[in-house]
Amino acid sequence: MTTPTVTPKKAKPIARAFRWFFYRAHGDSPFKTILVHLTLIIACIIAVYPVLRVVTISLRPNDTLLTTSLRIVPENATLDNYKEVLFGDAAKHRKSDFFLWLWNSISVVAITSVVAVILAAVSAYAFSRFKFPGRATGLVFLLTTQMIPAGMLLLPLFIMLARLKMINTPLGLIIAYAVTSVPLTIWTLKGYYDTIPVDLEEAALIDGASRATVFTAIILPLSTPALAIAFLFSFMGGWSEYLVARVVLQKNEIFTWPLGIFTFAQQFTVSWGQFAAASVLIAIPVMALFLYSSKWLISGLTLGSVKG
Amino acid sequence: MEVQSPFRKHLPAILWVAALLGLYFLLQALIAPFVAGISLNLKTVLERLGEVGKFLFAVLGGLAILELYFYQIFFRRPRNLAANIVTRFFQGALVLIVVMIIGYFFELTDLVRYGEGVLGKFFRAPIAWMASLQGFLVSAKIAAEKTASSVGMLVVVIILLAIFGIIQALSERRNSRLGLAYLLILPAFVGILFLIIYPFLFEIRLAFSNASLGTQATKNASYGLLYGWENIKTLFTGNVAKDAKFFDVFWRTILWTVINVTFHVSGGMGLALLLHRPMKLQGFYRTLLVFPWAIPTTIVAMALRNEFDNRYGLFNILLGDLNNWLTTVSHGTANIIGIGNAFAWLAAHIGPVSWKQDPFWAFISILISNIWLGIPFMSVIILGGLQSISQEYYEAAEIDGASKIQQFRFITLPLIRPVLTPAVVLGVVWTFNKFDVIYLITQGGPQEKTDILVSSMYKAAFQFYRYGFTAMFALVIFVFLLGFTLAFLRMTGGLKSATE
Repeated sequence: MTTPTVTPKKAKPIARAFRWFFYRAHGDSPFKTILVHLTLIIACIIAVYPVLRVVTISLRPNDTLLTTSLRIVPENATLDNYKEVLFGDAAKHRKSDFFLWLWNSISVVAITSVVAVILAAVSAYAFSRFKFPGRATGLVFLLTTQMIPAGMLLLPLFIMLARLKMINTPLGLIIAYAVTSVPLTIWTLKGYYDTIPVDLEEAALIDGASRATVFTAIILPLSTPALAIAFLFSFMGGWSEYLVARVVLQKNEIFTWPLGIFTFAQQFTVSWGQFAAASVLIAIPVMALFLYSSKWLISGLTLGSVKG
Repeated sequence: MEVQSPFRKHLPAILWVAALLGLYFLLQALIAPFVAGISLNLKTVLERLGEVGKFLFAVLGGLAILELYFYQIFFRRPRNLAANIVTRFFQGALVLIVVMIIGYFFELTDLVRYGEGVLGKFFRAPIAWMASLQGFLVSAKIAAEKTASSVGMLVVVIILLAIFGIIQALSERRNSRLGLAYLLILPAFVGILFLIIYPFLFEIRLAFSNASLGTQATKNASYGLLYGWENIKTLFTGNVAKDAKFFDVFWRTILWTVINVTFHVSGGMGLALLLHRPMKLQGFYRTLLVFPWAIPTTIVAMALRNEFDNRYGLFNILLGDLNNWLTTVSHGTANIIGIGNAFAWLAAHIGPVSWKQDPFWAFISILISNIWLGIPFMSVIILGGLQSISQEYYEAAEIDGASKIQQFRFITLPLIRPVLTPAVVLGVVWTFNKFDVIYLITQGGPQEKTDILVSSMYKAAFQFYRYGFTAMFALVIFVFLLGFTLAFLRMTGGLKSATE
């Protein structure tokens, strides 16, 4: 490829350099490249710096928690906060609830996701492959449930759970989370099933396979990535949820981690360092998982709505 | 023929064992000395596993029984008249019992009250039967007091399976075109019925009641159209949460949504356009830029809450530094007319602000946080849309002499519309409803000046316990959002492609 340069022969060197720097007929001029990179770097700093601050605070020793320093690695950096968050403070006879909160979160969210994925996997197949009366209505209805304000169903659910004596139990929270995760999961999976060619199933059906065989032997294996996404999706949805959990759970023993961490965050001075340490400990695996899977997460997000 | 040495053959297994052992010893060494300080123990873990496992088992088992029932309705035909009568009798009886149980559930959750009359006895009958079955099991020494309920359930399940067996034996297979479809959506449908439709009905009923803490939620509440009218009147003329007025909060919500979505879309678009060009370090930038989205919102919101602290928070530190710098410059340039004054003016006006006490700055603080949180999502969505546009369009446009701006206006925008439209609709609805950021950062304060509709509603319900009022409030918000969405979808025809 040749780039036709229109530089007149007798131009002065400075003007030529100027022109070289600012103008290209094809592609980007160095100036533009620098500008783009500069903008992106600033954007990256804005995106990452507040996160780094949390790490910084978690490393601060207790006596210099309150400082106006902006250094990323604080002076006298220490891991004391982590130790206290993980293993409690023997001197103050305080046990650490960190693992308990994590376990509560995991058990609630994992069960929700399992149930949601099982229910959605089957019904999404029906929505994708069969034309039955009520299908379009059903799909629109599922989407409508996304319009329901977060707090709207919370009140009746809360009263309902209270009457069923399920407040302060993980089961109550599982039920409350399933509300949001089932409809969205159905949409995600339906979008994915739509991309699997029908010919495959028809061939199997002609060969004498039953619908059940088709579903378990063709559709499910082919859609394992989508099932994984759906699972991850509803897992992420419930994992850091705060407001519903706050209403349903009121005892420390069954707090999920967002509630637990909030008890640290409430006081500025006392446990800011511990709050930061706990946040880092939780955020690192979540972020690793997220960054690793973000490609698929995004495809899952757009599949349902964007497919042409 | 290849001969593998036994060592090589078992190497993966050996490695696995070694890794697990290593992990175990690592855990032993690192955590065991501190176990005393950890409140989680094996007993708690096992208890929870049992509880949750039972729940899962019950849900899936119940759904399986339901599926069996409907399978027989769709796919089995009784062989003859006698079989038909028997089958329909059993099926009718089962429906009747299910109706009774649902009726009992309605009463249990206070949706309706049957009183002590015939109706009440009718709906409570299955529970009474169950109790007497349990009593019988205990007195017959089949079950102990503790296990009576689970053994009772087991007996019921066995009876049900026997009934299904009889029906199965009395009938022959038949084909049903739509039967399978309905069987497949049944579980999710039941779940949604129980989790969304029922609470929704409950909400409507609650909206026409005076339920509050004083009436012990629904226990002593009274219902009637008059209460509904009262609730509506309070909503529009009285105080929504503590002393905020509906329309103030409403306009603030609109402002909140519009500002957020505008910034999300334009910021996301800008970043996506920058990232969507061949260059070095692209993957690096993309990874860093999704950070705000990747971190759990709860953590970010709580961290930012502290960053808005007046003295030790990041924002005021930065503003303070800026102020110092401006002051120094204004001192240095004091002799230059115009510039010196300008810097002095800036120094006097730019400086640390009270994020927590001043309603305006408190609102700005939640806006900053939510914009920061939301941009990555939009930019990723838009980037996905951009990547699906074929490069050929741009080449053709370039040959025709279209400028970059024209290319953006006439190629990029129309072609990413299918991606952008649903993203914007969802963005609007989510932002309208998104109050965890607000709740975690300002808790609606100061003086409820940063509350939006949904957070006011949350407060009305769970801080002031005005249940009936909150239900009406929620209905109003829902109707508003639904209207918006329907109007928007009608305008853009957005859902057509997805439901076809």
